Amino acid sequence: MPEATGARAVLRLRNITKRFGPLTANDAITFDLHEGEVIALLGENGAGKTTLMNILFGHYTADEGEIEVFGEPLPPGNPRAALEAGVGMVHQHFTLADNLSVLDNIVLGTVPLWRLRSGRGAARARIDQLSRDFGLSVHPDAKAGALSVGERQRVEILKALYRDARILILDEPTAVLTPQETDDLFATLRKAVALGLSVIFISHKMHEVLAISSRVLVLRHGSLIGEVVTAETDRHQLAHMMVGSEIVAPEVGGAAPGEVLLRLRDVSTLPVGNAVGLRSLSLDLRAGQITGLAGVSGNGQAALADLIAGEAMPETGDLEIAGAGIDTWSPRAALDARIGRIPEDRHRTGTISDFTLSENSVLEAYEKEPFSKRGWFDWAAVDKHTRAIIARYDVRCPGPDARIRLLSGGNMQKLILGRALEADPTIILAVQPVRGLDIGAVTYVQSRLIEARDAGAAVLLISEDLDEILTLADVIHVISEGRLSPAFTRGTKTPAELGVWMAGQGFEEAAGHAA
Amino acid sequence: MRLEPVADPGWTRTLGLPALALGGTVAIAMALALIAGSNPLAVLGLILKGAVGSKFALLETLNRATPLIFTGLAVAVAFRAKLWNIGAEAQLYMGALLAVVLGTGAVALPSVLLIPVLMAAAITGGALMLLGPAFLKTRLGVDEVVTTLLLNFVMILVVSMLLEGPMKDPMGMGWPKSERLVPDARLPRIVTGLRLHWGFGLALICAVLVWVMQTRTTLGYEIRAVGLNRRAAAFAGIPVTVVVIKTALISGGLAGLAGFSEVAGLKGSLTLDLSPGFGYTGIIVAMLALLNPLGVIVSALFVAGIFVGADSMSRAAGVPTYIADILLASALLLMVLAIMLTRFRVVRG
Repeated sequence: MPEATGARAVLRLRNITKRFGPLTANDAITFDLHEGEVIALLGENGAGKTTLMNILFGHYTADEGEIEVFGEPLPPGNPRAALEAGVGMVHQHFTLADNLSVLDNIVLGTVPLWRLRSGRGAARARIDQLSRDFGLSVHPDAKAGALSVGERQRVEILKALYRDARILILDEPTAVLTPQETDDLFATLRKAVALGLSVIFISHKMHEVLAISSRVLVLRHGSLIGEVVTAETDRHQLAHMMVGSEIVAPEVGGAAPGEVLLRLRDVSTLPVGNAVGLRSLSLDLRAGQITGLAGVSGNGQAALADLIAGEAMPETGDLEIAGAGIDTWSPRAALDARIGRIPEDRHRTGTISDFTLSENSVLEAYEKEPFSKRGWFDWAAVDKHTRAIIARYDVRCPGPDARIRLLSGGNMQKLILGRALEADPTIILAVQPVRGLDIGAVTYVQSRLIEARDAGAAVLLISEDLDEILTLADVIHVISEGRLSPAFTRGTKTPAELGVWMAGQGFEEAAGHAA
Repeated sequence: MRLEPVADPGWTRTLGLPALALGGTVAIAMALALIAGSNPLAVLGLILKGAVGSKFALLETLNRATPLIFTGLAVAVAFRAKLWNIGAEAQLYMGALLAVVLGTGAVALPSVLLIPVLMAAAITGGALMLLGPAFLKTRLGVDEVVTTLLLNFVMILVVSMLLEGPMKDPMGMGWPKSERLVPDARLPRIVTGLRLHWGFGLALICAVLVWVMQTRTTLGYEIRAVGLNRRAAAFAGIPVTVVVIKTALISGGLAGLAGFSEVAGLKGSLTLDLSPGFGYTGIIVAMLALLNPLGVIVSALFVAGIFVGADSMSRAAGVPTYIADILLASALLLMVLAIMLTRFRVVRG
C-alpha cells in the first residue's frame, strides 16, 4: 500500500458498510489517516463521501465495520464521541449563529450557557493564539452575520481547533471561495499539518486535490476505487478513477456573436432580505455567445437571475429585449419573450416534486395549445411532448407518469433543460446548471448549452464554479456586491486576475483610474 | 427512531395500512362499548343497523351525508391549494341566509327558475364569505386559519341576531327561526314519499364536477401546482394570487350550497341549529378522502353513517352518542398515521 511510512495512524476505518434499502452508500471502506498528512477524498456527487463522514460523526450507524481514533474504538451512533476524541468537521454549509460574535460562536457549546460570559479573557487569548498559529485572521468581536464567506469558514475552522481537534475534516471547503481565499485556506491547512494535525479534504475538484493532498482516495458508487500518492498521479488518472471511463470534455468552438438580444442599462434593484441588489448594472447578451457571470455566491447573482427570469422588475434603469423596452414583466412575459430558464434550485424552483414528469414538462406552457384548449387539458398531447423530451434529452426514468422526485438530479436537470430548449428560446438563462450533477450529466448539459449557442441563442451562464465559466464562456463578467465588471473576452484573464475582481478589488482600482 | 421515505409504496402498503386504520377504529369502538358496560359486538351491530339496517335508516344516512359532501368538497378543494379554509361553517350559514332572504317571498318565480336563483345566491354568499380571508392572505399575509375560524363565530352571532330581530318568523311562536321558504323554493324529493331530497343528487353532481375540474382543466392543474409548490408555480408563471382567489370562490361556493341544500331540501327555514358543525366535520370528511373529490362521497357516507348509527344505537343500548365523536376522531388520527406510514417507514437508529 503506498503510504507515508513511520507516521502514526490517527484514524482507522475498517470495512465501513452502509446500506439504504437496495442502495449501498458505502461498501467495505477501509483506510488510515496518519499524523501530519492531508488526504483527499475524491468522488462525484453521490459517491458516498458525505455518508462516510456522517458515519464517522455518529449521525448514521454503519451496518458493518469499525472506526478507531488514536487507537481507541469509536462508539457508533454517538455524535459527541467523535468530537470528544478530537475530530473536528467544517461543514459545506456553515453552522454559525449570525447574531453572535465570532468569540461567542467559537465558545458556544464548550461551556454551559450560564457560564458563557465568564472566562472570556482566557478564551480570547486562546483564540488569538490559534489565529496566529494557523494564519486564520478574524476579529473575535465581529458579528458572525457581518462576515464574508471566507471569514465564516475561518471561524468554523477555529471552532474545531478551539475544541482541540487533532483531525480536521473539510467537506467541499472551496465551493464558496475565491481563488485567493482558496490559497489562504491551503496555507492554513499546510500550517496545521506542520503542527501535527491530520486533515481529510473532501472534494470533487481535481486541481485542488492535487495541490493540497499527500494521498488521494477515490470513491465511486460507494466503493473505494483506489488510493494513489498525489505526487505520482495526474488529473487524467484521477478523472478516470472517479468516473470509471474516459471523460470527453465538451467541445467549445469559436463563437459567432450576433446582435444584442437582451440589454440591461444602469439597472438597480433593491436588496431582498440578506440578498444583495444590483447596483447600476449594464449588460449585453448577444446572439450566438455564452456570457459567463463569475462571482462569489451572494453577490447579486440571484437578483440578476430573478430579473431576467421575470420574477423581479428593475427598480431603476431599463431592460430591453431584442431592442424594445418592456411594458410588463413577469415570468410569463419572460417566457413569451422566448427566454428559456434553468433555475438554480431544480428541486424547489425548477420542478414540483410530487408532479409527474408529464405535469412538470408543461409547467411553463400548460395554458397554451396543444397542451390545453380553452382551459381543458389534452393529456395525450402532454404525454407525447413528455415522451419526446425523454427521448431527445436522454432522461432516464420509469416513464412520463412517474413522479419527478424519483429521478436523480441529473435526469431532473435534463428534463428542465428539455422543457426550456423545446420552447425554442432565443435567450437562455442558466443558473448553476451543472451543480451537483455527475460528470456524465455535466458534459451533457454543457454540450447542449453550447449547441444552443451555436444555433444562435444568447446564453447567460451564472456559476460560482470558475472552472465552468472559464471552459464555457465566450465573454466573462464578474459580479461583486451587485456591481458588474467589464466584459473580458475568453482567454484574456487568468483565474487569479478574475479572483481580484471577485473579491471586489478590481472595481476600486477601475474607479481609481477613472478619477 | 426516525422516518425514511419509501420510494415506491406497493399496493399492500397503500391499501393495507388504511384498512388497518379502519380496523383499529372498530377495535377502539368495541373497547369503549365494553367500558360503557355493553356487549361490544351488539353495540357495533346496532350502529351498523342504525346506519344502513333499514330503508329509513339508509335514507337518514344519505340525508345526513348530503351537507357533509358539500362541506367536504369545499375543504378538499381549498386544502389542495394549501388554502386552509376552516370556515365552511360560516360559509354554509351565509349560503343558507341568502337563500332564505330571497326564497321566503322576496322573489316570485316559478320553481325551475327560483331554485337556480337561490343556488346562485347561496354560492355567491359562501364565496364572498371566504373572499375576505383569501384577500387578507394574498395581500397582507394574514393567516387564513385564524380569520376563517373566527368568522364562524361572527357568522353564528350575526344569524342569531337576525333570527331574534328582523328575520324572526312572526308565526314562529317566539322561537328564533326564520319564515319558511315558499313551496316553489323547496328542493323536491328524489322519490315521492321518501325523505331524501335532490340536495343529495346535487352533491353527487358537484363531486363529479370538482373531480373533472381537478383532473381535466388548467385551473385544477394550477390549484394542485400552487398547493404542492408555490415557489415553483410562481417561477413557472402561474398567477398564484389569482389561483388562490379562484380556489377560495369555489370552496366558499360549495360550502354555501350546503346551506342552501339544508334549508331548501330538509329544514325549510333557517334556525341556529341548521348545522351541528357540518363545516368542521367537512374537514374530517376531506382528510379521510385524502382530498379526492370522489373519495369525499365515500367518506361523507361513512361519517354520516357513524353519526346516524350511533344515535340509533344510543337509544337502543344506552351507550352515549359521544362514541360517534370518539370513533370519528380515532378514525381520522389513525388514517393520518396510516397515510404517513404509506410514504415513510420507521427505522431504528
